[in-house]
Amino acid sequence: MTATALEPKPPEPAVAAPILRIENVTKRFGGLVAVDDVSFDVQTGEVFALIGPNGAGKTTLFNGITGIFPPTEGRVVFEGRDVAGAKPHEVAKLGIARTFQNIRLFEYLTAADNVRVGQHCRMQAKLWDALFKTPGEGREEALVTEKAMEILRFVGIEQHANTYARNLAYGQQRRLEIARALATDPHLLLLDEPAAGFTPQEKVELMRLVEKIIDRGITVFLIEHDMKVVMGISRRIAVLDHGEKIAEGSPQEVRADRRVVEAYLGKDAS
Amino acid sequence: MATLVAGARRLWTEDPRKNPNRLVYILFGVGAIIFPFIAQAISGGNGGFLIGVMADAGVYMLLAIGLNVVVGFAGLLDLGYAAFFAIGAYTYAFIASDHLAVTPLDTTLHIPFWIALLVGLFMAALFGMILGAPTLRLRGDYLAIVTLGFGEIVPRVFRNLSEWTSGVNGISALDTPELPAWLNGPWSGDALAIAAPFKIIDPMAYYVIMVLLLTGCVILVNNLIRSRIGRAWMAVREDETAAAAMGVNTVQMKLMAFAIGAAFSGFAGTFYGAKLSLVSPENFGFTVSITILVMVVLGGMGNIPGVMVGSLLIYLVIFIGLPALPDYAASLATSVGLDDLNRANGEFPGIAQEVQRLKFLIFGLILVLTMLLRPQGLIPSRVRTQELKKGTQEDSTIVDMNAETAS
Repeated sequence: MTATALEPKPPEPAVAAPILRIENVTKRFGGLVAVDDVSFDVQTGEVFALIGPNGAGKTTLFNGITGIFPPTEGRVVFEGRDVAGAKPHEVAKLGIARTFQNIRLFEYLTAADNVRVGQHCRMQAKLWDALFKTPGEGREEALVTEKAMEILRFVGIEQHANTYARNLAYGQQRRLEIARALATDPHLLLLDEPAAGFTPQEKVELMRLVEKIIDRGITVFLIEHDMKVVMGISRRIAVLDHGEKIAEGSPQEVRADRRVVEAYLGKDAS
Repeated sequence: MATLVAGARRLWTEDPRKNPNRLVYILFGVGAIIFPFIAQAISGGNGGFLIGVMADAGVYMLLAIGLNVVVGFAGLLDLGYAAFFAIGAYTYAFIASDHLAVTPLDTTLHIPFWIALLVGLFMAALFGMILGAPTLRLRGDYLAIVTLGFGEIVPRVFRNLSEWTSGVNGISALDTPELPAWLNGPWSGDALAIAAPFKIIDPMAYYVIMVLLLTGCVILVNNLIRSRIGRAWMAVREDETAAAAMGVNTVQMKLMAFAIGAAFSGFAGTFYGAKLSLVSPENFGFTVSITILVMVVLGGMGNIPGVMVGSLLIYLVIFIGLPALPDYAASLATSVGLDDLNRANGEFPGIAQEVQRLKFLIFGLILVLTMLLRPQGLIPSRVRTQELKKGTQEDSTIVDMNAETAS
């Protein structure tokens, strides 16, 4: 990864402070408590996984972090700053990027344009520059295009740069979502079920991609159902059930936890 | 010059059926240059009327290009677009006529046309922002309703605020634009006047100004949609939530699209007011908004050459084709020996009258047929072509997903 002018951040030093601290976060929809007083930390540079049965509140928590549905109570501290209640685009600009469980690409933009939209919040061009194609705007566009191609290469779909997102194969769409999120220059990347619908081969490739992302100095926080993927790449895991955190720890600890087994397999199985 | 040659070479090597845009731009350019000569030739030197009609068509092309930014690129349905057109025209009426003398202000302003164009533009953009700021948080249908309301309110305000706007009578005797001395030439129409400034009274002068304005606007909008801002608009159109999560300030971007669309409308309105030298609230009703929207959709939403073709054709149909229809019908009836049809007979008022009554039905039929035969628009954007295929063909992503989860 060559450093370009669009990458303002220096490599993050490995510090002990958590990059993301979830503090007593609660989200209510009317009478329904979707997330109930959940707290945990995501450390800088790790792969942290959030697992739990369907409807446990995992995606709701992601939406709370990224400002799409702000939490009802509690704090979301990102790099020392409370981002609960911030608007989605502000959160993105601070350095949290995400993908969506049900792919939400800009279907009728090309793959390259999807990635370029991701760079929007790091670009300087104003209305005036855009209207009159000032030299500065031209240089910035050239840099952005170059970086878009580089990111597409990074996720392995550069040969489809000029294809409409909707015409990509399913696996390529998932990769493009990750590419678009990486284009925002995040410090923390939230992946919502990145391996859903993948073949075993694709899952292996995804795990390799996540490792490459970590190597770039980006912390990864993911929701995933596939236990092979979760156990294979995450350093720590938190488990949600009915909106409550029931366990947190290393893959071994979580696998051995009685409440986790109950949540997944029912009481009789334990 | 080099770019022209390169463009011509690309046109030669590219298949215009795949990407007709370049061809359309070239045809428009060539057409704009040779049209006045053709008009003069076929009318035996009295082409002024035809040239004036084309200058008016240019007003609608400007409007359609502006609305296309709002509807086609940012995906915001604006049903009150004529309101900004009215604001532009009335702005010119206030600042470039003797009218302010009969208002409570009791003074007159005579701002030169060229500056007034910018004032009209910024005035409309300002109102675009005033309307947009509280309403652009709304999505889809709700926004359409609010803009519809705004489109109704503005002409009504101009009609009922008679103290300021002379109500239904409108404001007349607006200043005639003056050409700056360096633009002076045989087209100024005032060629015998020796001292500057020359007034523009010849339709040809309006035509030349319109062609220049349109060229400028097309270039600017093309720049805009190939920039950071244009991409953000399209992202908002495709998926607002995803766009916001990727760091696009969606409210700001929508506001910008709305204000730029309004600015176009105000710009066109100023030109229109100056050319007509008269503004009246009747010129800016709901039908105007809808007509412009029809131009955009029928021409090819989201594609600039498409909406230019659409606006030109619709303009010619509405303002030239339909009014001429009754006479055509009458002469056709005579020529095929059905003279009886021209006479009133009981309930039947004669074919000319009948066609006169039915002309908007005929217009409606033309629209319905066009949309049935070419739902993507006359010259669609690639996006629209794709989108409409989605309806008829199986969605490939779903097929892929099933295939992969099954394996």
